Amino acid sequence: MTKTSDVVPETPVVKKKHKDKKSFKARLSSFIMCAPISLWSVLFILLPMVLLAFMSFMTKGALGRIVYKFTLENYAEMFKPVYFTVIKQSLLIAFWTTLLTVLLGYPLANFIASVKKKTSGILTVLLMLPLWVSGLVILFSFVILLNSSGIINTFLMNIGLIKEPLDLLYNNFAVIIGMLYMFLPFAVLPMYSSIEKLDKGLIEASKDLGAGPVKTFLKVTLPLTSPGIFAAVILTFIPCIGYYMVTDMLGGGTSMMVGNLIYRQFTISRDWPFGAALAMVLAIVILLMVFIYTKLGGDLDDLGA
Amino acid sequence: MNRRHVKKKISTTVGRIYATLLFLFFYAPVVVMIVYSFNNSRANIVWQGFTTKWYTKLFHDSMLWEIFGKTLLIAVIATIIGVVLGTVGAVGLKNAKFKGKKLIMNSIYFPLVIPEIVLAVATLLVFNMGHIGLSMGTIVIGNATLVLPYVYITVKARLVGMDPSIEEASLDLGADRFYTFMHITLPAIMPGVMAGAFMAFSLVLDDLIVTSFLANAETTTLPMKVYSMIKKGVSPEINALTTIIFGVCAVAIAAYLIKDLITSIRIARKRANAM
Repeated sequence: MTKTSDVVPETPVVKKKHKDKKSFKARLSSFIMCAPISLWSVLFILLPMVLLAFMSFMTKGALGRIVYKFTLENYAEMFKPVYFTVIKQSLLIAFWTTLLTVLLGYPLANFIASVKKKTSGILTVLLMLPLWVSGLVILFSFVILLNSSGIINTFLMNIGLIKEPLDLLYNNFAVIIGMLYMFLPFAVLPMYSSIEKLDKGLIEASKDLGAGPVKTFLKVTLPLTSPGIFAAVILTFIPCIGYYMVTDMLGGGTSMMVGNLIYRQFTISRDWPFGAALAMVLAIVILLMVFIYTKLGGDLDDLGA
Repeated sequence: MNRRHVKKKISTTVGRIYATLLFLFFYAPVVVMIVYSFNNSRANIVWQGFTTKWYTKLFHDSMLWEIFGKTLLIAVIATIIGVVLGTVGAVGLKNAKFKGKKLIMNSIYFPLVIPEIVLAVATLLVFNMGHIGLSMGTIVIGNATLVLPYVYITVKARLVGMDPSIEEASLDLGADRFYTFMHITLPAIMPGVMAGAFMAFSLVLDDLIVTSFLANAETTTLPMKVYSMIKKGVSPEINALTTIIFGVCAVAIAAYLIKDLITSIRIARKRANAM
Protein backbone atom coordinates (compact mmCIF):
# COMPACT_ATOMS: atom_id res chain seq x y z
CA MET A 1 0.00 0.00 0.00
CA THR A 2 2.69 2.46 1.00
CA LYS A 3 4.64 1.67 -2.10
CA THR A 4 1.85 2.67 -4.45
CA SER A 5 1.06 5.87 -2.58
CA ASP A 6 4.72 6.73 -2.90
CA VAL A 7 4.49 6.53 -6.64
CA VAL A 8 1.23 8.39 -7.00
CA PRO A 9 2.43 11.94 -6.27
CA GLU A 10 5.19 11.52 -8.77
CA THR A 11 3.09 10.51 -11.77
CA PRO A 12 1.23 13.79 -12.36
CA VAL A 13 4.55 15.57 -12.77
CA VAL A 14 5.84 13.06 -15.27
CA LYS A 15 2.53 13.00 -17.10
CA LYS A 16 2.33 16.76 -17.34
CA LYS A 17 5.77 17.04 -18.82
CA HIS A 18 4.96 14.25 -21.20
CA LYS A 19 1.71 15.93 -22.18
CA ASP A 20 3.28 19.32 -22.77
CA LYS A 21 5.86 17.85 -25.06
CA LYS A 22 3.27 15.89 -26.97
CA SER A 23 0.74 18.65 -26.97
CA PHE A 24 2.01 20.56 -29.99
CA LYS A 25 2.47 17.42 -32.06
CA ALA A 26 -0.90 16.09 -30.99
CA ARG A 27 -2.58 19.35 -31.84
CA LEU A 28 -0.86 19.51 -35.19
CA SER A 29 -1.93 16.01 -36.13
CA SER A 30 -5.43 16.70 -34.89
CA PHE A 31 -5.50 19.82 -37.07
CA ILE A 32 -4.25 17.91 -40.10
CA MET A 33 -6.97 15.32 -39.65
CA CYS A 34 -9.81 17.75 -39.01
CA ALA A 35 -8.95 20.45 -41.52
CA PRO A 36 -9.90 18.69 -44.78
CA ILE A 37 -13.38 17.59 -43.74
CA SER A 38 -14.03 20.92 -42.00
CA LEU A 39 -12.91 22.94 -45.00
CA TRP A 40 -14.97 20.74 -47.32
CA SER A 41 -18.06 21.09 -45.13
CA VAL A 42 -17.73 24.86 -45.02
CA LEU A 43 -17.12 25.22 -48.76
CA PHE A 44 -19.53 22.67 -50.17
CA ILE A 45 -22.23 22.26 -47.52
CA LEU A 46 -22.54 25.40 -45.40
CA LEU A 47 -21.62 27.96 -48.07
CA PRO A 48 -24.11 26.48 -50.58
CA MET A 49 -26.91 26.65 -48.00
CA VAL A 50 -26.07 30.27 -47.19
CA LEU A 51 -26.04 31.18 -50.88
CA LEU A 52 -29.34 29.33 -51.37
CA ALA A 53 -30.93 31.40 -48.61
CA PHE A 54 -29.43 34.56 -50.13
CA MET A 55 -30.68 33.71 -53.62
CA SER A 56 -34.19 33.03 -52.35
CA PHE A 57 -34.54 36.73 -51.43
CA MET A 58 -33.31 38.07 -54.80
CA THR A 59 -35.41 39.43 -57.64
CA LYS A 60 -35.90 37.74 -60.98
CA GLY A 61 -34.86 39.93 -63.90
CA ALA A 62 -35.60 39.67 -67.60
CA LEU A 63 -34.44 36.56 -69.53
CA GLY A 64 -33.66 34.59 -66.42
CA ARG A 65 -31.18 37.14 -65.08
CA ILE A 66 -30.88 37.68 -61.37
CA VAL A 67 -31.29 41.20 -60.01
CA TYR A 68 -29.56 41.57 -56.65
CA LYS A 69 -32.39 43.38 -54.89
CA PHE A 70 -34.07 42.12 -51.72
CA THR A 71 -37.63 40.84 -52.05
CA LEU A 72 -40.05 38.49 -50.31
CA GLU A 73 -41.91 37.97 -53.58
CA ASN A 74 -40.51 34.46 -54.11
CA TYR A 75 -42.00 33.18 -50.91
CA ALA A 76 -45.34 34.87 -51.57
CA GLU A 77 -45.46 33.30 -55.02
CA MET A 78 -45.72 29.82 -53.53
CA PHE A 79 -49.21 30.58 -52.34
CA LYS A 80 -50.43 31.14 -55.88
CA PRO A 81 -52.97 28.42 -56.66
CA VAL A 82 -50.84 26.89 -59.45
CA TYR A 83 -47.91 26.25 -57.14
CA PHE A 84 -49.92 25.59 -54.04
CA THR A 85 -51.65 22.69 -55.82
CA VAL A 86 -48.26 21.18 -56.62
CA ILE A 87 -47.11 21.54 -53.01
CA LYS A 88 -50.35 20.01 -51.74
CA GLN A 89 -50.11 17.16 -54.23
CA SER A 90 -46.49 16.36 -53.38
CA LEU A 91 -47.29 16.30 -49.70
CA LEU A 92 -50.17 13.93 -50.45
CA ILE A 93 -48.07 11.58 -52.60
CA ALA A 94 -45.24 11.68 -50.05
CA PHE A 95 -47.73 10.96 -47.27
CA TRP A 96 -49.22 7.90 -48.99
CA THR A 97 -45.83 6.60 -50.04
CA THR A 98 -44.50 6.96 -46.50
CA LEU A 99 -47.55 5.34 -44.93
CA LEU A 100 -47.48 2.39 -47.33
CA THR A 101 -43.71 2.06 -46.94
CA VAL A 102 -43.97 1.76 -43.17
CA LEU A 103 -47.03 -0.52 -43.24
CA LEU A 104 -45.50 -2.85 -45.85
CA GLY A 105 -41.92 -2.53 -44.65
CA TYR A 106 -42.42 -3.18 -40.94
CA PRO A 107 -43.65 -6.79 -41.33
CA LEU A 108 -40.81 -7.45 -43.77
CA ALA A 109 -38.28 -5.97 -41.34
CA ASN A 110 -39.82 -8.15 -38.64
CA PHE A 111 -39.45 -11.24 -40.82
CA ILE A 112 -35.83 -10.44 -41.69
CA ALA A 113 -35.09 -10.00 -37.98
CA SER A 114 -36.73 -13.35 -37.15
CA VAL A 115 -34.62 -15.57 -39.40
CA LYS A 116 -31.05 -16.76 -38.82
CA LYS A 117 -28.39 -14.04 -38.77
CA LYS A 118 -26.77 -15.27 -41.97
CA THR A 119 -30.08 -15.48 -43.84
CA SER A 120 -31.03 -11.99 -42.77
CA GLY A 121 -27.71 -10.73 -44.12
CA ILE A 122 -28.42 -12.35 -47.49
CA LEU A 123 -31.97 -10.99 -47.51
CA THR A 124 -30.84 -7.41 -46.92
CA VAL A 125 -28.29 -7.69 -49.73
CA LEU A 126 -30.97 -9.08 -52.05
CA LEU A 127 -33.27 -6.26 -51.03
CA MET A 128 -30.75 -3.56 -51.95
CA LEU A 129 -29.24 -5.22 -55.02
CA PRO A 130 -31.68 -3.85 -57.67
CA LEU A 131 -31.16 -0.30 -56.43
CA TRP A 132 -27.40 -0.72 -56.25
CA VAL A 133 -27.32 -1.77 -59.88
CA SER A 134 -29.48 0.97 -61.38
CA GLY A 135 -32.70 2.24 -59.94
CA LEU A 136 -33.40 4.39 -62.95
CA VAL A 137 -33.25 1.66 -65.61
CA ILE A 138 -35.20 -0.76 -63.46
CA LEU A 139 -37.80 1.92 -62.79
CA PHE A 140 -38.45 2.05 -66.51
CA SER A 141 -39.59 -1.58 -66.28
CA PHE A 142 -42.73 -0.24 -64.65
CA VAL A 143 -43.58 1.52 -67.91
CA ILE A 144 -43.31 -1.86 -69.66
CA LEU A 145 -45.34 -3.57 -66.93
CA LEU A 146 -48.10 -1.00 -66.45
CA ASN A 147 -48.83 0.59 -69.85
CA SER A 148 -52.16 -0.01 -71.56
CA SER A 149 -50.77 -2.76 -73.80
CA GLY A 150 -48.22 -3.76 -71.16
CA ILE A 151 -47.59 -7.06 -69.42
CA ILE A 152 -50.15 -6.71 -66.63
CA ASN A 153 -53.00 -5.45 -68.82
CA THR A 154 -52.31 -8.08 -71.51
CA PHE A 155 -52.29 -10.81 -68.89
CA LEU A 156 -55.53 -9.66 -67.25
CA MET A 157 -57.25 -9.39 -70.63
CA ASN A 158 -56.03 -12.80 -71.74
CA ILE A 159 -57.44 -14.53 -68.69
CA GLY A 160 -60.69 -12.63 -69.28
CA LEU A 161 -60.70 -10.70 -66.03
CA ILE A 162 -61.03 -7.35 -67.79
CA LYS A 163 -62.21 -6.31 -71.27
CA GLU A 164 -60.69 -2.83 -71.47
CA PRO A 165 -57.13 -2.16 -70.38
CA LEU A 166 -56.85 -0.52 -66.97
CA ASP A 167 -55.29 2.92 -66.62
CA LEU A 168 -52.30 1.90 -64.54
CA LEU A 169 -49.67 4.23 -65.92
CA TYR A 170 -49.24 8.00 -66.03
CA ASN A 171 -51.19 8.75 -62.87
CA ASN A 172 -50.55 9.09 -59.14
CA PHE A 173 -51.05 5.34 -58.63
CA ALA A 174 -48.03 4.59 -60.82
CA VAL A 175 -46.04 7.33 -59.08
CA ILE A 176 -46.70 5.82 -55.65
CA ILE A 177 -45.79 2.32 -56.90
CA GLY A 178 -42.53 3.69 -58.31
CA MET A 179 -41.75 5.61 -55.12
CA LEU A 180 -42.46 2.51 -53.03
CA TYR A 181 -40.04 0.57 -55.18
CA MET A 182 -37.32 3.18 -54.76
CA PHE A 183 -37.67 3.80 -51.01
CA LEU A 184 -39.03 0.66 -49.36
CA PRO A 185 -35.63 -1.09 -49.23
CA PHE A 186 -34.00 1.93 -47.59
CA ALA A 187 -36.83 2.16 -45.07
CA VAL A 188 -36.70 -1.51 -44.13
CA LEU A 189 -33.09 -1.26 -42.92
CA PRO A 190 -33.55 1.05 -39.88
CA MET A 191 -36.75 -0.76 -38.89
CA TYR A 192 -34.92 -4.07 -39.13
CA SER A 193 -32.05 -2.83 -36.97
CA SER A 194 -34.40 -1.50 -34.27
CA ILE A 195 -36.41 -4.75 -34.22
CA GLU A 196 -33.18 -6.73 -34.05
CA LYS A 197 -31.94 -4.69 -31.08
CA LEU A 198 -35.21 -5.33 -29.23
CA ASP A 199 -34.80 -7.44 -26.10
CA LYS A 200 -36.86 -10.57 -26.83
CA GLY A 201 -37.15 -11.16 -23.09
CA LEU A 202 -39.50 -8.18 -22.80
CA ILE A 203 -41.95 -9.74 -25.26
CA GLU A 204 -41.82 -13.04 -23.41
CA ALA A 205 -42.38 -11.21 -20.13
CA SER A 206 -45.37 -9.36 -21.52
CA LYS A 207 -46.88 -12.62 -22.79
CA ASP A 208 -46.19 -14.42 -19.53
CA LEU A 209 -47.93 -11.64 -17.66
CA GLY A 210 -51.06 -12.33 -19.65
CA ALA A 211 -51.01 -9.74 -22.44
CA GLY A 212 -52.21 -10.99 -25.82
CA PRO A 213 -50.10 -10.64 -28.95
CA VAL A 214 -51.94 -7.46 -30.04
CA LYS A 215 -51.50 -5.78 -26.67
CA THR A 216 -47.86 -6.87 -26.50
CA PHE A 217 -47.24 -5.42 -29.93
CA LEU A 218 -48.93 -2.10 -29.17
CA LYS A 219 -47.52 -1.64 -25.67
CA VAL A 220 -44.06 -3.17 -25.94
CA THR A 221 -42.79 -3.80 -29.47
CA LEU A 222 -44.15 -0.69 -31.17
CA PRO A 223 -42.90 1.92 -28.64
CA LEU A 224 -39.47 0.28 -28.46
CA THR A 225 -39.05 0.14 -32.23
CA SER A 226 -40.46 3.62 -32.87
CA PRO A 227 -37.03 5.22 -33.54
CA GLY A 228 -36.61 2.77 -36.41
CA ILE A 229 -40.06 3.64 -37.73
CA PHE A 230 -39.38 7.36 -37.49
CA ALA A 231 -36.06 6.87 -39.31
CA ALA A 232 -37.97 5.02 -42.04
CA VAL A 233 -40.44 7.90 -42.27
CA ILE A 234 -37.63 10.42 -42.73
CA LEU A 235 -35.82 8.21 -45.24
CA THR A 236 -38.97 7.96 -47.35
CA PHE A 237 -40.59 11.34 -46.94
CA ILE A 238 -37.49 13.47 -47.63
CA PRO A 239 -36.33 11.99 -50.92
CA CYS A 240 -39.91 11.41 -52.05
CA ILE A 241 -40.72 15.13 -52.24
CA GLY A 242 -37.53 16.02 -54.05
CA TYR A 243 -37.34 13.02 -56.39
CA TYR A 244 -38.55 14.29 -59.74
CA MET A 245 -37.63 11.28 -61.89
CA VAL A 246 -40.43 9.00 -60.73
CA THR A 247 -43.11 11.60 -61.45
CA ASP A 248 -41.49 12.37 -64.81
CA MET A 249 -41.37 8.73 -65.81
CA LEU A 250 -44.56 7.27 -64.40
CA GLY A 251 -46.74 10.28 -63.60
CA GLY A 252 -49.24 11.95 -65.88
CA GLY A 253 -49.17 15.54 -67.06
CA THR A 254 -50.71 16.70 -63.81
CA SER A 255 -48.56 14.70 -61.39
CA MET A 256 -45.89 17.08 -60.26
CA MET A 257 -43.81 17.15 -57.13
CA VAL A 258 -41.99 20.08 -55.55
CA GLY A 259 -38.85 18.43 -56.94
CA ASN A 260 -40.19 18.80 -60.49
CA LEU A 261 -41.08 22.41 -59.76
CA ILE A 262 -37.57 23.24 -58.50
CA TYR A 263 -36.04 21.40 -61.44
CA ARG A 264 -38.13 23.53 -63.82
CA GLN A 265 -37.08 26.81 -62.20
CA PHE A 266 -33.44 25.95 -62.80
CA THR A 267 -33.93 24.63 -66.34
CA ILE A 268 -36.91 25.64 -68.48
CA SER A 269 -38.31 28.61 -66.53
CA ARG A 270 -34.93 29.99 -65.51
CA ASP A 271 -36.27 31.58 -62.35
CA TRP A 272 -33.47 30.80 -59.92
CA PRO A 273 -34.67 32.97 -57.03
CA PHE A 274 -38.06 31.24 -56.98
CA GLY A 275 -36.40 27.82 -57.30
CA ALA A 276 -34.09 28.73 -54.41
CA ALA A 277 -37.07 29.80 -52.28
CA LEU A 278 -38.81 26.48 -52.96
CA ALA A 279 -35.63 24.58 -52.08
CA MET A 280 -35.26 26.63 -48.89
CA VAL A 281 -38.79 25.80 -47.73
CA LEU A 282 -38.19 22.14 -48.49
CA ALA A 283 -34.92 22.18 -46.55
CA ILE A 284 -36.46 23.96 -43.56
CA VAL A 285 -39.44 21.59 -43.34
CA ILE A 286 -37.13 18.61 -43.46
CA LEU A 287 -34.63 19.99 -40.95
CA LEU A 288 -37.55 20.57 -38.62
CA MET A 289 -38.59 16.93 -39.02
CA VAL A 290 -35.04 15.78 -38.35
CA PHE A 291 -34.85 18.03 -35.31
CA ILE A 292 -38.02 16.44 -33.87
CA TYR A 293 -36.58 13.02 -34.67
CA THR A 294 -33.40 13.70 -32.69
CA LYS A 295 -35.40 15.22 -29.84
CA LEU A 296 -37.48 12.03 -29.70
CA GLY A 297 -34.27 10.12 -29.15
CA GLY A 298 -33.57 9.16 -32.75
CA ASP A 299 -29.97 8.76 -33.87
CA LEU A 300 -28.89 10.56 -37.05
CA ASP A 301 -26.47 7.74 -37.74
CA ASP A 302 -29.39 5.36 -38.26
CA LEU A 303 -30.36 7.34 -41.33
CA GLY A 304 -27.19 6.48 -43.20
CA ALA A 305 -26.72 2.77 -42.67
CA MET B 1 -47.25 -25.64 -25.22
CA ASN B 2 -48.23 -27.47 -28.36
CA ARG B 3 -50.66 -24.75 -29.32
CA ARG B 4 -47.96 -22.15 -28.97
CA HIS B 5 -45.73 -24.22 -31.20
CA VAL B 6 -48.42 -24.48 -33.89
CA LYS B 7 -49.10 -20.75 -33.64
CA LYS B 8 -45.42 -19.99 -34.07
CA LYS B 9 -45.22 -22.25 -37.10
CA ILE B 10 -48.21 -20.51 -38.68
CA SER B 11 -46.73 -17.06 -38.09
CA THR B 12 -43.39 -18.09 -39.65
CA THR B 13 -45.20 -19.46 -42.70
CA VAL B 14 -47.24 -16.28 -43.06
CA GLY B 15 -44.02 -14.25 -42.72
CA ARG B 16 -42.36 -16.35 -45.40
CA ILE B 17 -45.25 -15.95 -47.83
CA TYR B 18 -45.35 -12.21 -47.18
CA ALA B 19 -41.61 -11.80 -47.70
CA THR B 20 -41.78 -13.86 -50.90
CA LEU B 21 -44.54 -11.62 -52.26
CA LEU B 22 -42.59 -8.46 -51.51
CA PHE B 23 -39.43 -9.89 -53.05
CA LEU B 24 -41.52 -10.74 -56.13
CA PHE B 25 -42.47 -7.07 -56.27
CA PHE B 26 -38.79 -6.11 -56.06
CA TYR B 27 -37.56 -8.60 -58.62
CA ALA B 28 -40.39 -8.55 -61.19
CA PRO B 29 -39.06 -5.27 -62.67
CA VAL B 30 -35.54 -6.72 -62.66
CA VAL B 31 -36.73 -9.76 -64.61
CA VAL B 32 -38.60 -7.49 -67.03
CA MET B 33 -35.47 -5.38 -67.45
CA ILE B 34 -33.41 -8.48 -68.28
CA VAL B 35 -36.01 -10.06 -70.59
CA TYR B 36 -36.55 -6.82 -72.49
CA SER B 37 -32.85 -6.53 -73.20
CA PHE B 38 -33.65 -9.21 -75.80
CA ASN B 39 -36.59 -7.27 -77.23
CA ASN B 40 -36.59 -6.65 -80.95
CA SER B 41 -37.89 -3.08 -80.65
CA ARG B 42 -36.13 0.23 -80.53
CA ALA B 43 -38.61 1.96 -78.18
CA ASN B 44 -38.74 -1.11 -75.93
CA ILE B 45 -42.21 -0.65 -74.48
CA VAL B 46 -44.00 -3.55 -76.18
CA TRP B 47 -42.49 -6.99 -76.80
CA GLN B 48 -41.69 -7.51 -80.51
CA GLY B 49 -39.73 -10.75 -80.56
CA PHE B 50 -36.44 -12.22 -79.39
CA THR B 51 -33.08 -10.92 -80.52
CA THR B 52 -29.54 -10.70 -79.17
CA LYS B 53 -28.63 -7.86 -81.49
CA TRP B 54 -28.56 -5.28 -78.70
CA TYR B 55 -25.69 -7.09 -77.01
CA THR B 56 -23.76 -7.17 -80.27
CA LYS B 57 -24.58 -3.53 -80.84
CA LEU B 58 -23.57 -2.66 -77.29
CA PHE B 59 -20.08 -4.05 -77.78
CA HIS B 60 -19.57 -1.91 -80.85
CA ASP B 61 -21.20 1.23 -79.48
CA SER B 62 -18.13 3.29 -78.70
CA MET B 63 -20.22 6.28 -77.62
CA LEU B 64 -22.06 4.34 -74.95
CA TRP B 65 -18.82 2.82 -73.65
CA GLU B 66 -17.32 6.27 -73.49
CA ILE B 67 -20.28 7.44 -71.41
CA PHE B 68 -20.00 4.36 -69.22
CA GLY B 69 -16.27 4.94 -68.79
CA LYS B 70 -16.83 8.55 -67.81
CA THR B 71 -19.53 7.51 -65.31
CA LEU B 72 -17.16 4.97 -63.77
CA LEU B 73 -14.32 7.50 -63.62
CA ILE B 74 -16.51 10.07 -61.86
CA ALA B 75 -17.77 7.42 -59.44
CA VAL B 76 -14.24 6.20 -58.62
CA ILE B 77 -12.78 9.68 -58.02
CA ALA B 78 -15.79 10.95 -56.04
CA THR B 79 -15.74 7.77 -53.93
CA ILE B 80 -12.02 8.12 -53.20
CA ILE B 81 -12.43 11.76 -52.15
CA GLY B 82 -15.50 10.96 -50.06
CA VAL B 83 -13.83 7.98 -48.41
CA VAL B 84 -10.57 9.80 -47.59
CA LEU B 85 -12.35 12.89 -46.26
CA GLY B 86 -14.93 10.86 -44.33
CA THR B 87 -12.47 8.38 -42.82
CA VAL B 88 -9.75 10.81 -41.80
CA GLY B 89 -12.41 13.29 -40.67
CA ALA B 90 -14.29 10.78 -38.54
CA VAL B 91 -11.07 9.73 -36.78
CA GLY B 92 -9.88 13.33 -36.38
CA LEU B 93 -13.16 14.80 -35.18
CA LYS B 94 -13.60 12.07 -32.58
CA ASN B 95 -10.96 13.48 -30.24
CA ALA B 96 -10.50 17.03 -31.46
CA LYS B 97 -11.72 20.07 -29.59
CA PHE B 98 -12.16 23.35 -31.44
CA LYS B 99 -14.63 26.15 -31.87
CA GLY B 100 -17.37 25.34 -34.36
CA LYS B 101 -16.79 21.60 -34.14
CA LYS B 102 -20.45 20.98 -33.44
CA LEU B 103 -21.48 23.02 -36.48
CA ILE B 104 -19.09 21.06 -38.70
CA MET B 105 -20.25 17.72 -37.31
CA ASN B 106 -23.89 18.62 -37.85
CA SER B 107 -23.28 19.99 -41.31
CA ILE B 108 -21.79 16.66 -42.41
CA TYR B 109 -25.26 15.15 -42.01
CA PHE B 110 -26.84 17.80 -44.25
CA PRO B 111 -26.36 16.03 -47.60
CA LEU B 112 -28.00 12.97 -46.07
CA VAL B 113 -31.07 14.65 -44.62
CA ILE B 114 -31.90 17.38 -47.11
CA PRO B 115 -33.43 16.31 -50.44
CA GLU B 116 -30.78 15.74 -53.08
CA ILE B 117 -32.24 18.41 -55.34
CA VAL B 118 -31.69 21.04 -52.63
CA LEU B 119 -28.04 20.07 -52.35
CA ALA B 120 -27.76 20.09 -56.14
CA VAL B 121 -29.11 23.60 -56.68
CA ALA B 122 -27.25 24.99 -53.66
CA THR B 123 -23.94 23.61 -54.94
CA LEU B 124 -24.72 24.96 -58.40
CA LEU B 125 -25.08 28.41 -56.84
CA VAL B 126 -21.56 28.22 -55.37
CA PHE B 127 -19.99 27.51 -58.76
CA ASN B 128 -22.23 29.98 -60.53
CA MET B 129 -21.63 32.87 -58.16
CA GLY B 130 -17.94 32.04 -57.91
CA HIS B 131 -17.73 32.09 -61.74
CA ILE B 132 -16.40 28.56 -61.83
CA GLY B 133 -17.32 26.80 -65.06
CA LEU B 134 -19.09 23.46 -64.82
CA SER B 135 -16.99 20.44 -65.69
CA MET B 136 -16.35 16.87 -64.65
CA GLY B 137 -14.59 18.36 -61.62
CA THR B 138 -17.77 20.04 -60.40
CA ILE B 139 -19.68 16.76 -60.79
CA VAL B 140 -17.03 15.00 -58.73
CA ILE B 141 -17.17 17.67 -55.99
CA GLY B 142 -20.97 17.49 -55.78
CA ASN B 143 -21.00 13.70 -55.61
CA ALA B 144 -18.18 13.52 -53.07
CA THR B 145 -20.23 15.85 -50.86
CA LEU B 146 -23.32 13.72 -51.40
CA VAL B 147 -21.61 10.51 -50.22
CA LEU B 148 -19.52 12.07 -47.44
CA PRO B 149 -22.09 11.46 -44.64
CA TYR B 150 -22.45 7.76 -45.54
CA VAL B 151 -18.72 7.15 -45.18
CA TYR B 152 -18.53 9.31 -42.06
CA ILE B 153 -21.37 7.40 -40.37
CA THR B 154 -20.11 3.90 -41.15
CA VAL B 155 -16.56 4.77 -40.03
CA LYS B 156 -17.86 6.49 -36.89
CA ALA B 157 -19.82 3.35 -36.02
CA ARG B 158 -16.62 1.27 -36.20
CA LEU B 159 -14.71 3.81 -34.09
CA VAL B 160 -17.28 3.56 -31.30
CA GLY B 161 -16.65 -0.17 -31.04
CA MET B 162 -12.88 0.26 -30.95
CA ASP B 163 -10.81 0.05 -27.77
CA PRO B 164 -8.98 3.42 -27.43
CA SER B 165 -6.24 1.87 -25.31
CA ILE B 166 -4.77 0.12 -28.38
CA GLU B 167 -4.09 3.47 -30.02
CA GLU B 168 -2.70 4.85 -26.77
CA ALA B 169 -0.45 1.84 -26.40
CA SER B 170 0.93 2.41 -29.89
CA LEU B 171 1.61 6.08 -29.13
CA ASP B 172 3.18 5.25 -25.77
CA LEU B 173 5.45 2.73 -27.42
CA GLY B 174 6.89 5.48 -29.56
CA ALA B 175 4.94 5.23 -32.80
CA ASP B 176 3.95 8.57 -34.25
CA ARG B 177 0.36 9.61 -35.05
CA PHE B 178 0.64 8.81 -38.74
CA TYR B 179 2.12 5.35 -38.13
CA THR B 180 -0.55 4.67 -35.51
CA PHE B 181 -3.31 5.75 -37.88
CA MET B 182 -2.01 3.61 -40.74
CA HIS B 183 -1.16 0.49 -38.72
CA ILE B 184 -3.58 0.49 -35.78
CA THR B 185 -6.64 2.63 -36.42
CA LEU B 186 -7.13 2.01 -40.12
CA PRO B 187 -7.06 -1.82 -39.98
CA ALA B 188 -9.53 -1.73 -37.08
CA ILE B 189 -12.04 0.48 -38.89
CA MET B 190 -11.48 -1.10 -42.33
CA PRO B 191 -14.85 -2.90 -42.49
CA GLY B 192 -16.59 0.44 -41.90
CA VAL B 193 -14.44 2.13 -44.53
CA MET B 194 -15.21 -0.60 -47.06
CA ALA B 195 -18.95 -0.52 -46.32
CA GLY B 196 -18.94 3.26 -46.72
CA ALA B 197 -16.93 3.03 -49.94
CA PHE B 198 -19.32 0.47 -51.39
CA MET B 199 -22.35 2.54 -50.49
CA ALA B 200 -20.72 5.69 -51.89
CA PHE B 201 -19.71 4.05 -55.15
CA SER B 202 -23.16 2.64 -55.87
CA LEU B 203 -24.77 5.98 -55.02
CA VAL B 204 -22.55 7.99 -57.37
CA LEU B 205 -22.85 5.41 -60.15
CA ASP B 206 -26.63 5.81 -60.15
CA ASP B 207 -26.79 9.49 -59.34
CA LEU B 208 -28.82 11.71 -61.62
CA ILE B 209 -29.87 14.79 -59.67
CA VAL B 210 -26.57 16.23 -58.42
CA THR B 211 -24.77 15.13 -61.58
CA SER B 212 -27.19 16.68 -64.06
CA PHE B 213 -27.23 20.00 -62.22
CA LEU B 214 -23.43 20.21 -62.10
CA ALA B 215 -22.64 18.89 -65.57
CA ASN B 216 -21.77 21.08 -68.53
CA ALA B 217 -23.36 20.58 -71.94
CA GLU B 218 -20.65 18.17 -73.13
CA THR B 219 -20.66 15.78 -70.19
CA THR B 220 -23.17 12.94 -70.12
CA THR B 221 -23.25 10.12 -67.61
CA LEU B 222 -25.14 6.84 -67.90
CA PRO B 223 -28.07 7.89 -65.67
CA MET B 224 -28.31 11.17 -67.62
CA LYS B 225 -28.39 9.20 -70.88
CA VAL B 226 -31.12 6.93 -69.52
CA TYR B 227 -33.12 9.89 -68.28
CA SER B 228 -32.96 11.58 -71.69
CA MET B 229 -34.60 8.49 -73.19
CA ILE B 230 -37.50 7.98 -70.83
CA LYS B 231 -40.04 9.92 -72.86
CA LYS B 232 -39.47 8.01 -76.08
CA GLY B 233 -38.57 4.68 -74.49
CA VAL B 234 -35.27 3.47 -73.07
CA SER B 235 -33.25 1.59 -75.69
CA PRO B 236 -32.81 -2.18 -75.09
CA GLU B 237 -29.11 -1.50 -75.41
CA ILE B 238 -29.26 0.23 -72.01
CA ASN B 239 -31.11 -2.80 -70.66
CA ALA B 240 -28.35 -5.01 -72.05
CA LEU B 241 -25.68 -2.93 -70.33
CA THR B 242 -27.60 -2.90 -67.03
CA THR B 243 -28.17 -6.65 -67.31
CA ILE B 244 -24.42 -7.18 -67.62
CA ILE B 245 -23.73 -4.94 -64.59
CA PHE B 246 -26.43 -6.76 -62.65
CA GLY B 247 -24.93 -10.12 -63.64
CA VAL B 248 -21.45 -9.07 -62.49
CA CYS B 249 -22.82 -7.87 -59.14
CA ALA B 250 -24.90 -11.02 -58.64
CA VAL B 251 -21.95 -13.30 -59.47
CA ALA B 252 -19.67 -11.37 -57.10
CA ILE B 253 -22.17 -11.65 -54.26
CA ALA B 254 -22.82 -15.33 -54.98
CA ALA B 255 -19.08 -16.05 -55.02
CA TYR B 256 -18.70 -14.28 -51.70
CA LEU B 257 -21.56 -16.29 -50.19
CA ILE B 258 -20.23 -19.59 -51.52
CA LYS B 259 -16.76 -18.81 -50.15
CA ASP B 260 -18.39 -18.06 -46.81
CA LEU B 261 -20.33 -21.33 -46.94
CA ILE B 262 -17.23 -23.38 -47.75
CA THR B 263 -15.31 -21.79 -44.87
CA SER B 264 -18.08 -22.55 -42.41
CA ILE B 265 -18.30 -26.16 -43.64
CA ARG B 266 -14.53 -26.51 -43.21
CA ILE B 267 -14.70 -25.13 -39.69
CA ALA B 268 -17.54 -27.46 -38.83
CA ARG B 269 -15.57 -30.42 -40.21
CA LYS B 270 -12.45 -29.47 -38.27
CA ARG B 271 -14.50 -29.25 -35.12
CA ALA B 272 -16.03 -32.65 -35.80
CA ASN B 273 -12.55 -34.12 -36.37
CA ALA B 274 -11.19 -32.57 -33.20
CA MET B 275 -13.95 -34.21 -31.25
